[in-house]
Amino acid sequence: MQIPKESILVYDGTFDGFLTCVFQVYDLKLKQVDIQPKSHAMDSLFAMRDEVLTDPEKADRVWRGIKKKTSATGSSRLYYAFLSEQHQIENLLLRYIQYALKSALPIDADFTNQDVLKVTQIAKSVGREKHRMEAFVRFRLTKDELYFANIEPDFDVLPLISKHFERRYADQKWVIYDLKRNYGLYYDLEKVDIINLILPENFDATKTSKEFFANEELEFQTLWQDYFESTNITSRKNMKLHIRHVPKRYWKYLSEKLR
Amino acid sequence: MSFERTQEKLKILADAAKYDVSCASSGSKRNNASKGLGDATGMGICHSYTEDGRCVSLLKILLTNYCIFDCAYCVTRKSNDIKRAAFQVQEVVDLTINFYRRNYIEGLFLSSGIFKSADYTMERLVAVAKKLRLEENFNGYIHLKSIPGASDELMKEAGLYADRLSVNIEIPTEEGLKLLAPEKRREDFIKPMVKVKNEIILYKSEKKLIKSTPKFAPGGQSTQMIIGASGESDQQIMWTSNYFYKKFNLKRVYYSGYIPISYDARLPQIGTAVPMLRENRLYQTDWLMRFYGFEVHEILNQEHQNLDLEVDPKLGWALRNLEQFPVDVNKAEKRMLARVPGLGMKSVYKIIEARRFRNLNWEHLQRMGVALNRAKYFLICESRNFERRDLTGPQLKSLILQNSTSKYQKVLSPQLNLFD
Repeated sequence: MQIPKESILVYDGTFDGFLTCVFQVYDLKLKQVDIQPKSHAMDSLFAMRDEVLTDPEKADRVWRGIKKKTSATGSSRLYYAFLSEQHQIENLLLRYIQYALKSALPIDADFTNQDVLKVTQIAKSVGREKHRMEAFVRFRLTKDELYFANIEPDFDVLPLISKHFERRYADQKWVIYDLKRNYGLYYDLEKVDIINLILPENFDATKTSKEFFANEELEFQTLWQDYFESTNITSRKNMKLHIRHVPKRYWKYLSEKLR
Repeated sequence: MSFERTQEKLKILADAAKYDVSCASSGSKRNNASKGLGDATGMGICHSYTEDGRCVSLLKILLTNYCIFDCAYCVTRKSNDIKRAAFQVQEVVDLTINFYRRNYIEGLFLSSGIFKSADYTMERLVAVAKKLRLEENFNGYIHLKSIPGASDELMKEAGLYADRLSVNIEIPTEEGLKLLAPEKRREDFIKPMVKVKNEIILYKSEKKLIKSTPKFAPGGQSTQMIIGASGESDQQIMWTSNYFYKKFNLKRVYYSGYIPISYDARLPQIGTAVPMLRENRLYQTDWLMRFYGFEVHEILNQEHQNLDLEVDPKLGWALRNLEQFPVDVNKAEKRMLARVPGLGMKSVYKIIEARRFRNLNWEHLQRMGVALNRAKYFLICESRNFERRDLTGPQLKSLILQNSTSKYQKVLSPQLNLFD
């Protein structure tokens, strides 16, 4: 029997899992590799399929190795791009890492290299989404004195925005919940935890029902909507620009756009 | 807080404040050290955008729109027949805190009409900021308006609680000011600006010696000029702007295209279009001065008193100085790269980094995001293709305009017909 040329590494979808795969690539000197998350794994007749168990120690070794060979921007760029969840992002990142590890000089600024440029661009989109979420999260005060926000970001940015909100809202309890990925952050005045919620069946994230939210909540939303309207200058109206800044897919959870 | 009354006031006093275009919330260094509310470090955040495309970062309101002055260009002028209202200090505090807790805003931008006297008004503005900082432990961004004519003591107190202070000079020339706001004097605008500038310098030098020195207006000062209300040239505007940047260490000068709000014969009539394209060209010039290493007289001078609306000011400058081109992308210094039309500062940095690895060609530049439709006439790179024809400025300009579409096409065409 012929030995298959390609190896498929299937991992659990975490960043540590991905780094463990990178470890394996170097450890077993794999030549042609295709790294796939378990959720999107595809079988192939012509490849060896291997499930990689996430090993934090191996992941850490790889990460330290990467950090030695890249600038701070370069290593955080890899993590940002990973959170894009794009199809085949793992293989692109692997090529970036391989290029970085074998080069004598740091390669983060080699924008003539297609992989470096691509990873930079993807990381930039993720960064933009992170910044958008810091802007577009709208907390609503619930009946039990908790500030609750629901989001559906394009990329998995919750890990990137946690610190920002923890610093800013240190004296109030809050939850930011990603409805698309079904997990969230919960700050209890001490620390931030990752949580999974089972939302009530009659909960409509686009509405502020008195059943769940504090009485004054709707008043402040109204005041905010009024403010948003009053601050507009109609003789300068430019909807194209408006939509470029606030793309329509974000509107459904922005209280000022819900009037 | 009575909801209906606050609602009514908010509508009136937000509407009156919207002509102040500043909405910056960046550049301060106020971190949340005591587990309070808010954090104003690092980047500013636009939490929303109005339908005219302006950033909404701060709750921007007037404390009151009662005013003893009658400046022709101002919507809250004494003689204007509009609804008047005034917030109480506590109302502004409550609104700010509740908006901030919901992540609607980065903080407060509080301005005011002048009631009774400059000091009386300034005192109220300071009282709001003080309450937010001391009673609410609020570390978000606060921008206060310096009221022209306010005393040094009050300005000093304001700087201790606010992140940014601003006085709007509004009219770029002294003659214009005499015509449109005869009650106001240039000196009144400048006095609080000088005071704040000196205090910032003083506090900074003290901070070097004594770590516990409090912050004083860490976000600096800014000002605003109305464009197109008093017939001034672009040269007058930008030279004034340059003077204020240099003389008072301003962080920003804002340019606000005049929005007709009055039938006063001294001003453009209601229905006149807002000069948005001109405003845009002025901002581009401002950027060239602050980030691209241009001196104001290179762009605007006695021979060129107004900016060309058809092309951006950097391209305009390049077309008049063709002898300085083409520039070799693989060898040129940063200073000269920054002067190439179509190259933004981000592209400049990318080029400088990337060319250490290999010589760059057109394809590299295109993939990096350089606007080649303009840049290609001014660059040579690792390629045998480059512009060899000896084109004159006007020829080059029409060639570039033919091959690009301006987002201002609609605005441009009628204006061009006018000036041709």
